[in-house]
Amino acid sequence: MNRIDQRFSELKQQGRKALIPYITAGDPAPQYTVGFMHALVDAGADVIELGVPFSDPMADGPVIQKACERALKQGTRLVDLMQMVKEFRQTDTTTPVVLMGYLNPIERIGYENFADQAASVGVDGVLIVDMPPEEADEIGPLLKSRDLAAIFLVAPTTSNERAATICAHGEGYLYYVSLKGVTGAATLNAEDVAEHLAPLRGMTDLPLCVGFGIRDGVTAAEVAKVADGVIVGSALVNRIAESLDAPETIAGQLKSVLAEMRTAMDA
Amino acid sequence: MTASETAPNTVLKTKFSDLTRMPDARGHFGPYGGRFVSETLSFALEELEKTYFSLRDDPDFQAEFDYDLAHYVGRPSPLYHAKRWSESLGGAQIWLKREDLNHTGAHKVNNTIGQALLAKKTGKPRIIAETGAGQHGVASATVAARLGLECDIYMGAEDVQRQKLNVYRMRLLGARVIPVESGTRTLKDAMNEALRDWVTNVDNTFYIIGTVAGPHPYPLLVRDFNAVVGREARRQSLEQIGRLPDALIACVGGGSNALGLFYPFVEDDDVAMYGVEAGGDGVETGRHAAPLASNAPHGVLHGNRTYLMSDEAGQVSDTHSISAGLDYPGVGPEHALWKDVGRVKYVVANDNEVLEAFRELTHMEGIMPALESAHALAHAKVLAPTMRPDQHIVVNLSGRGDKDIMTVAKIDGIEF
Repeated sequence: MNRIDQRFSELKQQGRKALIPYITAGDPAPQYTVGFMHALVDAGADVIELGVPFSDPMADGPVIQKACERALKQGTRLVDLMQMVKEFRQTDTTTPVVLMGYLNPIERIGYENFADQAASVGVDGVLIVDMPPEEADEIGPLLKSRDLAAIFLVAPTTSNERAATICAHGEGYLYYVSLKGVTGAATLNAEDVAEHLAPLRGMTDLPLCVGFGIRDGVTAAEVAKVADGVIVGSALVNRIAESLDAPETIAGQLKSVLAEMRTAMDA
Repeated sequence: MTASETAPNTVLKTKFSDLTRMPDARGHFGPYGGRFVSETLSFALEELEKTYFSLRDDPDFQAEFDYDLAHYVGRPSPLYHAKRWSESLGGAQIWLKREDLNHTGAHKVNNTIGQALLAKKTGKPRIIAETGAGQHGVASATVAARLGLECDIYMGAEDVQRQKLNVYRMRLLGARVIPVESGTRTLKDAMNEALRDWVTNVDNTFYIIGTVAGPHPYPLLVRDFNAVVGREARRQSLEQIGRLPDALIACVGGGSNALGLFYPFVEDDDVAMYGVEAGGDGVETGRHAAPLASNAPHGVLHGNRTYLMSDEAGQVSDTHSISAGLDYPGVGPEHALWKDVGRVKYVVANDNEVLEAFRELTHMEGIMPALESAHALAHAKVLAPTMRPDQHIVVNLSGRGDKDIMTVAKIDGIEF
C-alpha cells in the first residue's frame, strides 16, 4: 500500500485529521531541507509536501515566489530534490512525501525519467499545479505503474461535472483550494469550505484536504472540523523568510508553528 | 499524423490543409498548446471557450466586429508597394501590410476589439492585460475606455522604463499600469502577474491575452481575430499584384501578427512564409529571444506546451531583445507545429540588423516601423536580393515606431 493511503487509513482509525506542511525545497539553501522535513515530522506532520522551485510560479503569491527565488539562487534542481528525499528516507520510512510544483521541470527531465527517480527514492505522490487531469494522459499511467499517487486540485470555481472527472482521476487525496487567488493571499472562510466539500463527499472516498489561507492554530482547527486534512504552506515559508540571517533557528521555528496547529487540531 | 488519417472524407486542397483544422477539441496543435492551468482558472476558460464558439459563426457578432474594424480601427489597412526600397535592394518587390496605420498604431487592436466584444457579452466589468512593448496595453486600455470598463495593465518594470511613452498613453486612457518587479521584469513576468490577478478576480474580470499563446482557447481566438490581416493581404495581392505573393514575412514574439498574416495563406503552397524571431546579440551568444530558430526544448509555460527557452533543469531562461514586444522565452503553439511540419521557416534578425532596417525604411520610404516589425524588414533585406524583380514579398509592418524613438535616440547618444 502506498504510504499516503496507509497514513490516511491510520488517521481514520484514530479519528484524527491530517496535518500537511509545505516547504519549498532548497529554501533558504539545499543543506537545510532534510532537517526541516524531520523537524516537521517531529511537530506532528502526517504528510510532507515538498515544493519544487520554479522560475515562474504562476499560482503562488509573493511568499512562495520569493522562496522559489532563494532556492533557485542556491541552484536547487529537481534532481537535488530526489537526493533530499533519499536522505530523508534513510531515517524516516513511514511519512509520505509529495512533490508539488509546476510541470516544466518535469517535462524537461522527461516524464519516465522523473517517475523512475521519484519511485526509487521514496516519493509517494505528485501534485503538478498547472496540470489538470485533461492534460495528464501521458504522465498519469507512468505514475500509476510505479505506485505514485497523482494528486489533483479542486477549486471553488470547479463545476460538479469537472469535480467528478477530477475525483475519477485523483489518487492519494484531493487538494481543495479554499479560495480564489494565489497561495498566501487571504484567510479562508471555514463555512464556505464546508459548503464546497459537501458535494465532493458524494463523489469520492478520497480524503479531502484543504489548503490556501491557513495561518495558525485557529484556522487549522476550524478546517480540521470539516476536512480530512489541513495543508499549510505560506505560514511556514514566511518563518523561513523572516530568519534568513539566522538559518540555524528555522527548524525550531517551523516546529513551533506546526506544533501549535497540531495541538489546536487535536484538541 | 497524415491528412488522410484525420479526415478521410474531405478533399484536401494541399498537403497543409490539415493545419486549417487546428486546434483539436482540447486546444492541442499536434503535441503543442493545451490548457495547462491551475484548477481555479479551468472554469473561466471553459466559459470563454463556450462563449466564443457560440459567437464565432454568429452573423450579428461578426457584423459588429467588422463594423468596429472598419469604423473604429480604420480597416482595411493598405498594402503599400515600397518601390524605392525594393529598387535599392535590387531584387523582389516589397509590399508592406500597413498595420501601423491602425488606430493605436499596431495590429494588436484587431484582437482587443474582438476580445472586448467577448468581455461585453460575458458582462464582466473589469479587464486586465499583460504587455511588453505597450502596444497591447494601449490597445486594451483603448477598448476599455470605449466600453467604460475598468482596466489594469501588467507590465514588466524593465519595459515600463524602456516604453515610457506607452505607459503614459495607457494612463491617459484611464488604465492603471502596474509595474511587475518579479523575475526578469519583462513580458513573461507581466503574464505571470496577470494570471495571478485573474485567478483572484476571476468572477468579475476578463483577461485579454495579447498574443497567440496562453491556455486554450486564447491561441485560437487571438489568431481568428488577427486573421483579418491575412484575408485583406490576400485579396489586396490579387488586386494589386495580380496574383499571390511569393513570400510573406512577419516578426514572431508570441506570434500574433505573423499568424494573422499567415493563416489565410496556409493552403497556398507556393507562398513561402518566414517568421523572424529576435536574435538579440546573436543566437550563438545565448542572449536572444528565438525559441524556434534556436531549436529550444519543448516546455510548458503560461498554459501551453511549445518551444520554450529553458535550462536543463527546466527553469525558464532570461531572454534579450532590443524590442520589448519580442522579449519572450516561448512562442505560440501553432507556430511550434508549423515549424515542425515545415510550413513556415523561422529565422532570426539580430539587434544591429534590426536597427539598420529601421533606419533604412525611415530614410527611404518615410515610414518609421516599430522595432518589432523591423525584424521582419531586416529579413526582407536578406531575402529580396536573392529573388527576381518580378517576384513579390509581403511584409507585415505590424506597428509604428513612435514608441521606439527614445530607445533609438539612446543608442545614438541623444538625450532629451
